[in-house]
Amino acid sequence: MDFFDRFTIPPHDDPMLYASIVAIGLVSIAIVFGVTYFKKWGYLWSEWLTTVDHKRIGIMYIISALLMLFRGGADAVMMRLQTAVPDNSFLDAQHYNEVFTTHGVVMIFFMAMAFIIGMMNFVVPLQIGARDVAFPRLNALSFWLYFAGAMLFNLSFVIGGSPDAGWTNYYPLAGTDFSEHVGVNYYNWALQISGIGTLMTGINFIATIMKMRAPGMTLMKMPMFTWSALITNLIIVFAFPVLTIALLMGTLDRQFFTNFFTTGDGGMDMMWANLFWIWGHPEVYILILPAFGIYSQIIATFSQRNLYGYKSMVASMVIISLLSFMVWVHHFFTMGQGAVANSIFSITTMAIAVPTGIKIFNWLLTMWKGKIRFTTPMMYSVAFIPLFTIGGVTGVMLAIASADYQYHNTMFLVAHFHNVIIPGVVFAMIAGLIYYWPKMFGFLLNERIGKWAFWNIVIGFCLSFFPMYITGLNGQARRMYTYSEASGFGPLSMVSFFGALLLAIGFVLIVYNVYYSFRYAPRNVGDDPWNARSLEWATHNPVPEYNFAITPNVNSSEAFWDYKKNGHDLFKGGIKDIHMPNNSGWSIIFAGIFFVFAFCFIFHVWVGVIIAFAGIIGCLLYRSFEKDDGHHIHKEEIEETEKKFGGAK
Amino acid sequence: MRELFPMKQVNGYIFSLLLTVVALSVYFFDMSFAMGLTILVVTAFIQAGVQLVVFMHAGESEDKGGIYVHTIYGVVLALITILGSLLAMIWGYMY
Repeated sequence: MDFFDRFTIPPHDDPMLYASIVAIGLVSIAIVFGVTYFKKWGYLWSEWLTTVDHKRIGIMYIISALLMLFRGGADAVMMRLQTAVPDNSFLDAQHYNEVFTTHGVVMIFFMAMAFIIGMMNFVVPLQIGARDVAFPRLNALSFWLYFAGAMLFNLSFVIGGSPDAGWTNYYPLAGTDFSEHVGVNYYNWALQISGIGTLMTGINFIATIMKMRAPGMTLMKMPMFTWSALITNLIIVFAFPVLTIALLMGTLDRQFFTNFFTTGDGGMDMMWANLFWIWGHPEVYILILPAFGIYSQIIATFSQRNLYGYKSMVASMVIISLLSFMVWVHHFFTMGQGAVANSIFSITTMAIAVPTGIKIFNWLLTMWKGKIRFTTPMMYSVAFIPLFTIGGVTGVMLAIASADYQYHNTMFLVAHFHNVIIPGVVFAMIAGLIYYWPKMFGFLLNERIGKWAFWNIVIGFCLSFFPMYITGLNGQARRMYTYSEASGFGPLSMVSFFGALLLAIGFVLIVYNVYYSFRYAPRNVGDDPWNARSLEWATHNPVPEYNFAITPNVNSSEAFWDYKKNGHDLFKGGIKDIHMPNNSGWSIIFAGIFFVFAFCFIFHVWVGVIIAFAGIIGCLLYRSFEKDDGHHIHKEEIEETEKKFGGAK
Repeated sequence: MRELFPMKQVNGYIFSLLLTVVALSVYFFDMSFAMGLTILVVTAFIQAGVQLVVFMHAGESEDKGGIYVHTIYGVVLALITILGSLLAMIWGYMY
């Protein structure tokens, strides 16, 4: 039985943990049973699991992201509950460590990243008038690698034990000396796999945006979200290889006894922090730039004005992309390096506030004298501006290296980064989801429930994170599982807990809204429910498989507005046969083998590693010699589809 | 015959061999560490440039502007990363 000992989780006193393991098992069985009972395996396989359609891949990314939002959100509520009162014993120290580590990793890698990549998948090809991304098969592989990574990470909870060294995973704490069980191996491999998927997405979207724009769409006539996606993917391609190598070095340290990040034998433990943040800081901008892009689309649409300062928006994103690679040391100002190094990185950090400020003013000036309609997506965008500015200002406070000695590793920092990520990224993704919902599914989400959710989320956010600024300045350290009553953090932490509950209610309301609208929302919303401006709205709702029946002809960044108001001829010529890529099960099988490979690697099951590796090589060989020329959708078929939507556009 | 013979590629091949020989000389001749490393870095960058332009056809398509901009952007970021790491991990402790 020695062989199986490695799969058991480290002993906990906590019955809740075992209860949730049972719950996970039951839910998995229920899903398999449900799909079998309703005879949906065939549909699921041929329409979704094997698809290479960018729209469906985008939707699968978003569904996974929402699932992970609830997984990470449950962790967040548990943490707030544990710290709601002094000397609480709801979670023990080890369990608390695992919960905050999982919360961070899941929210950044598997929720936020998946959400933005899902949005890019769905929107970018439509915005540039393309039929799909440049490499559709690679795109499917990206998704399934991400999904394999996410599932692998979640498996750690049930088999072997969760990582417990924080989402930043600093060595030597993450080394085998202090983290003996396999948790950190899970961290290394889950992020490795999904990171490879993200890198592929980066290459794919750069190729798509550079090469597949509709005729007439020069770079400076791209809609703003496409611009933000281009810059984001550029950052992905330059940042993610650093993470790949750092994770590999960590793996070698933990599993093959090398000394990259050890404290002795010539290792440099802080080198991990250095490499991690060389990737990690650009990652922050990978998350926020697409959010900026979405806000630009929404604010322009609902103010009924074109985006103020298009060129300065683009320029500020390019500058942000360069600066984002020059600031990473501000994450460890207190490492012990001298004033010269800290000053340099302090100044570059503050410099980022300038292009970001330009963008804030551009949004304000877009709304200035605009005819603003306060729909749910617009409300998120309007709430974003002041809340994000508060986050940005506290960021400048943290950027002052000497003052950072006071703020470092306190709740002040926690409040700051949640203050930029939640109003920045999460609000943008929810707003974008509601905004593009009719494009995805052909009906609108209910505005009333949407606004209830909005107020819960905004108030919940303020209540949970603003108290942390105060307790942080009073000296409450982050990642501490409890505190004494004498510290005085109790009342404010209790407020935080209530805020977390409100946030949770808000997110549940969003899911309820999906259910409610699916049942009751009218389906006759037309192709342009928001009176929108950019090209993606020039096709039908929901978008047909081939996106546009006739490739559009573009003359500005707001081609659809020109078509509606200025008589621009968007669709010249007639309908022709359309060439589309074939579906393929190769991607999901390949990612599945990767999953097995990584799982065996985590547990040192070398036979499994060798077999799975042979499978990986086999998949690559198969793909190299496979002949797949795609298929044509014929003219008659397209005309029929278009007639169903009410005439060709 | 002139059109058929890939003069540019042959020259590029000879030039890249020459660069390799220069880099190899660091091993065979007795020189200071700084000198040797300088030679290696300089020849490595020229070598990469030769490969990109001559054998990977960087400047031959319509979008060569974009390709060069992306390449330079990449080189700049790589330099920032390396110099910044040195600054944070070594030089930062000296000044």
